Amino acid sequence: MIKSLKSIGEYFIMMRKVVSRPQKYSVFFKQIILELDKIGLNSVGIVIIISFFVGGVVTIQTSINMSNPILPKYLIGLATRDSLILEFSPTMICLILAGKVGSNIASEIGTMRVTEQIDAIEIMGVNSTSFLILPKIISAMFFFPFLIIISMSIGLVGGWIGGHAVGVSTADYLYGIKYDFLPYYITYALTKTIVFAFIITSVSAYFGYFTKGGAINVGVSSTKAVVYSSIIILIFNFILTDLLLS
Amino acid sequence: MIIVENIHKKFDGNQVLNDISFTFEPGKTNLIIGESGSGKTTLLKILIGLYDLDSGTIKYNERVFTEMKLKQKRQLRQEIGMLFQGGALFDYMTVEENIMFPLTMFTNQTEEEKLDRVNFCLNRVNLENKNHLLPSELSGGMLKRVAIARAISMNPKYLLCDEPNSGLDPKTAILIDNLIQEITQEYNITTVVNTHDMNSVMEIGEKIAFIYNGVIWWEGHKEELINSDNKQLNDFVFASELFKRLKKS
Ligand SMILES: Nc1ncnc2c1ncn2[C@@H]1O[C@H](COP(=O)(O)OP(=O)(O)OP(=O)(O)O)[C@@H](O)[C@H]1O
Ligand SMILES: [Mg+2]
Repeated sequence: MIKSLKSIGEYFIMMRKVVSRPQKYSVFFKQIILELDKIGLNSVGIVIIISFFVGGVVTIQTSINMSNPILPKYLIGLATRDSLILEFSPTMICLILAGKVGSNIASEIGTMRVTEQIDAIEIMGVNSTSFLILPKIISAMFFFPFLIIISMSIGLVGGWIGGHAVGVSTADYLYGIKYDFLPYYITYALTKTIVFAFIITSVSAYFGYFTKGGAINVGVSSTKAVVYSSIIILIFNFILTDLLLS
Repeated sequence: MIIVENIHKKFDGNQVLNDISFTFEPGKTNLIIGESGSGKTTLLKILIGLYDLDSGTIKYNERVFTEMKLKQKRQLRQEIGMLFQGGALFDYMTVEENIMFPLTMFTNQTEEEKLDRVNFCLNRVNLENKNHLLPSELSGGMLKRVAIARAISMNPKYLLCDEPNSGLDPKTAILIDNLIQEITQEYNITTVVNTHDMNSVMEIGEKIAFIYNGVIWWEGHKEELINSDNKQLNDFVFASELFKRLKKS
């Protein structure tokens, strides 16, 4: 209990150092480009694959569960759309990204810590927290919303193809995904995504930055980063859903 | 010149440094010697502020480091080069990018000027044309030399070296020692070198502090060290059979 309070304190002290003016803007922008590539573009593939298949499966399962002939077929499209946009894309994809991006950030920063590279940055007179962590946070908060939009679109395509397999016509499906559509749902999903992006990068960076010891501890930090950022995402998902939708 | 006064440092109840006072002089290689675990690295990291101290003062010439805010410390650190025990090169950057990094962060030099400086530093450590290798492609001795090149790229007034030649063969070790001494004299740098290698002590020991039990047990230069009758110092320095015989003869 005391230990976790201490960690939370350390986290906030670190974050206060992270949000400071970059010492050299040209270097800072270069870092951002690098991180956009590492955290963002590198995740597009996995997001596309997962979203496509989950979209398909959601349609198939919904259609099996609604096999009552009284229910119109377009409801299947509608159900797919809502579960993708409201929950699957923002939350599930972010949980998967917590695994991919989070472990990557924690092990990268952790390795730099145990090999004294962070000390080397610090003794040159560079603010190591801001230098290493701020570009990651900004890149993720900027790029994750695009990933989620990609996920939604590909998921709907997957749903359309899955629907075909169980006899949902294209017309019904399209009618369904447009039926009673609230643009606010997108705002809601992207707001969640930005919060989750911040959680994933900052929490993972925290565990990496405070790694002590050697290579084994880097592994421990990276596991902790994934576990804790996932739990915190789930808690915030609960809070944000309550705040934004009800 | 770096002046430390009455430095105390404890790690969870373990008093590592107990009232250390010493003056590290410019243009000289100042050596800190002592057994493994005696607190050499700790002292070096305290000098540059990587560890907080419990009490005491550190002065860089007239500037009192221990009273500075973090921002001022960062400013001062730009005048300090440090060589870590493990090299601590950035492993995703090439040799050239490593040495260029402080120049990019803190100067407004053009690419050309920076490259000139990088090549000059590489030349200084006898590593021409290794610009585009990654640290993982270097041998231990080359790694140390690149680290030295990075440490001197900003023309430091102070140079801190943590066991610059540990893990190297005797010939390369002496090469690195001499390199550090040459740079020190050439640019009148205040250099502090941690070592437990007696060859280094005999080679470059212009001013030596022997840490024992958390205090500076003995200080002097290499000739005084050879003739000293301080028991703990002799036990440490003449631990090996070879040096014992040398002492007798
Ligand atoms: N971060 C730390 N936390 C707790 N104890 C530490 C820490 N760093 C060093 N110590 C302790 O301080 C003592 C001195 O360590 P230090 O690394 O300064 O020794 P050293 O003289 O550099 O040894 P070596 O020659 O092996 O490098 C050791 O007993 C060590 O256990
Ligand atoms: Mg040491």
